[in-house]
Amino acid sequence: MNFELLLQLVINGLIIGTLYGVVGMCFVLIYKASQIVNFAQGEFLLIGAWVCWWILTQFHLPFYAGFLLTLLFMMVFGILLQVLVLRPMIGEPIISVIMVTIGLSIFFQAIMNWMFGVFVQPFPPIFETKSVDIFGLNVQPAYLMSLVISIIIMGGFAWFFKYSRMGLAMRATAFNQQVAQSLGISIKQVFAASWAISAMVSALAGVVVGMVNGVSSALSFFGIKVFPAVILGGLDSVIGAVVGGLIIGVLENVAEYVDGQWLNVGNLYTIAPFYVLVIILMIRPYGLFGTEEIERV
Amino acid sequence: MAGHSMMRCGEFKTSYRADTTIFPTPWSRNFAIIGVALLIVAPYLPFVSDYMITLMIQIGYLSIAALGLNILVGFTGQISLGHAAFFGFGAFASAWLNNELGIPVFFSIPLAALWTTAVGMIVGIPAGRIKGLYLAIATLASQFILEDFFARAEWFTGGSAGSLAAPFSLFGFEIYGDRQYFYVVLAYMVVMYLLATNLLRSRDGRAFVAVRDHYLSAEVMGVNLTKYRILSFGVSSFYAGIGGALYAHYLQYVSVEGFDILLSIQFLAMVIIGGLGSVMGALLGTIFMVLLPEVMQGAVGILKTTEWGNIPAITDGLTWIKQAAIGLAIVLFLIFEPEGLAHRWRMIKAYWKLYPFSY
Repeated sequence: MNFELLLQLVINGLIIGTLYGVVGMCFVLIYKASQIVNFAQGEFLLIGAWVCWWILTQFHLPFYAGFLLTLLFMMVFGILLQVLVLRPMIGEPIISVIMVTIGLSIFFQAIMNWMFGVFVQPFPPIFETKSVDIFGLNVQPAYLMSLVISIIIMGGFAWFFKYSRMGLAMRATAFNQQVAQSLGISIKQVFAASWAISAMVSALAGVVVGMVNGVSSALSFFGIKVFPAVILGGLDSVIGAVVGGLIIGVLENVAEYVDGQWLNVGNLYTIAPFYVLVIILMIRPYGLFGTEEIERV
Repeated sequence: MAGHSMMRCGEFKTSYRADTTIFPTPWSRNFAIIGVALLIVAPYLPFVSDYMITLMIQIGYLSIAALGLNILVGFTGQISLGHAAFFGFGAFASAWLNNELGIPVFFSIPLAALWTTAVGMIVGIPAGRIKGLYLAIATLASQFILEDFFARAEWFTGGSAGSLAAPFSLFGFEIYGDRQYFYVVLAYMVVMYLLATNLLRSRDGRAFVAVRDHYLSAEVMGVNLTKYRILSFGVSSFYAGIGGALYAHYLQYVSVEGFDILLSIQFLAMVIIGGLGSVMGALLGTIFMVLLPEVMQGAVGILKTTEWGNIPAITDGLTWIKQAAIGLAIVLFLIFEPEGLAHRWRMIKAYWKLYPFSY
């Protein structure tokens, strides 16, 4: 037993887990507001990271300016996507909606690969120090920043849904569209806003991951990794997404530890969350915090 | 089936038997026979190049797998994002049965398909409890799990080296070359398509459609939901297994890398572009999806001869252009033609049937 390694892996898992949580929240946001399962969530990260990288390397802007421009771009992008592609799909069967987002996902993946190539591109360095020493563990500052940003986003989401007008409108829409509409909430605006926010926050997560690992097409796999997290937490629960993200993040690192120490099967890191996913779907498909669907005849 | 809805004057169905024939009209049967006859002579026609034969074989084995997916998605209303894994399983299973147990290829193909059926039914067990998007996510997980299994199970797949598959042989008579293998694929296609049409007019087929249209009513009417959902997975994997096995013995080499999520999405795209819930649609969609990259390649080839040809982004990015075209085709079809090519085909037929008085 190597406790130091295990501890390091658990800390890594928690940090990655908060990122899963953030992306999961974006996913849940879209699902709650518009009942769309967004298979293109990972591509939001990918596009955000590439756009930010492109702005920073092409125009040599300071980081915050490039980052704000990226957020602006992603906002427009999210709204356009909702208006042009997903609005016509309202009322279509669920398979069509799922397939549209899958189609979008492989389209954007291909376009990004085409424009920026398949090789990993390092982000321009933002922090001077290589690693920070916390309780005797080496942690990269970008990771620390991601942790801080993630917690800020989570707090922001909590505030947004609890106190802001748009957040309340979103919750009302998620609860009952017709009632919300009759109370003067514009469903169109709510849908567009949910996609815009989701795209922006995902892009933020993409930039953070890009800073640590470099930007590459591997980022879009985050969008698939987020499924175990949101299913575990419950598809329509924002808190569930965060909890699920943390659990999956720790779980995959512990799986890697178990794998490396005893099993030596390899690749358990990637595949363990999917086993968990199948088990949860069999036992408790609505997850830890989700609402159970009860069907009556 | 929707094909029956548009009838010409004087065609009256007076019995259920007449209403549920495989071919709705005598001429649709004749056209099918003529089509198969044309395909039989196709390899010997002078203008059919080797490359066209390759494409036709590709369309053949892919359309068998796509038909299986259409039975699952189009007729039973279950979403599967793991079809490529079953396709791959069929390919490896047939190669393994032939290499390790010495079963002749002629028998190993259906045996591999049966084996795939068993795997498909195991993977389909969650379908007894969950549906819709939860099922889509569960099948997505099984796609990754099976892919991981392929990479790991060296005894079965040969690991990263892949596995070799023997050429097709029939009673000691070996099949050489694409032109001969074309007939093998064609025979399988005819049999599998007839089987599917036949299945869909039986009690089981109607039960599938009932599960899709209104599962609560279906259950009330005495359709065992769990049984038919899992059975549908089984049938669809059987088709995928046949398709995969034909693919394996065509290429005679199976690599662990080809059966990824992108291929699963391509299968779904074939079904959606062709038309959900249409046997003909599976074929049309496969033809579309096989020819789309070819058309893109041709378009880039033409661009190269013009002044645009100097732009390296267009000439070098062909792989990505093809992939983007697939994604775009899915999105555009779902927005503008959600019922697929089969629906368009029916509209064209109806137009000419009723010409010039279309109303």
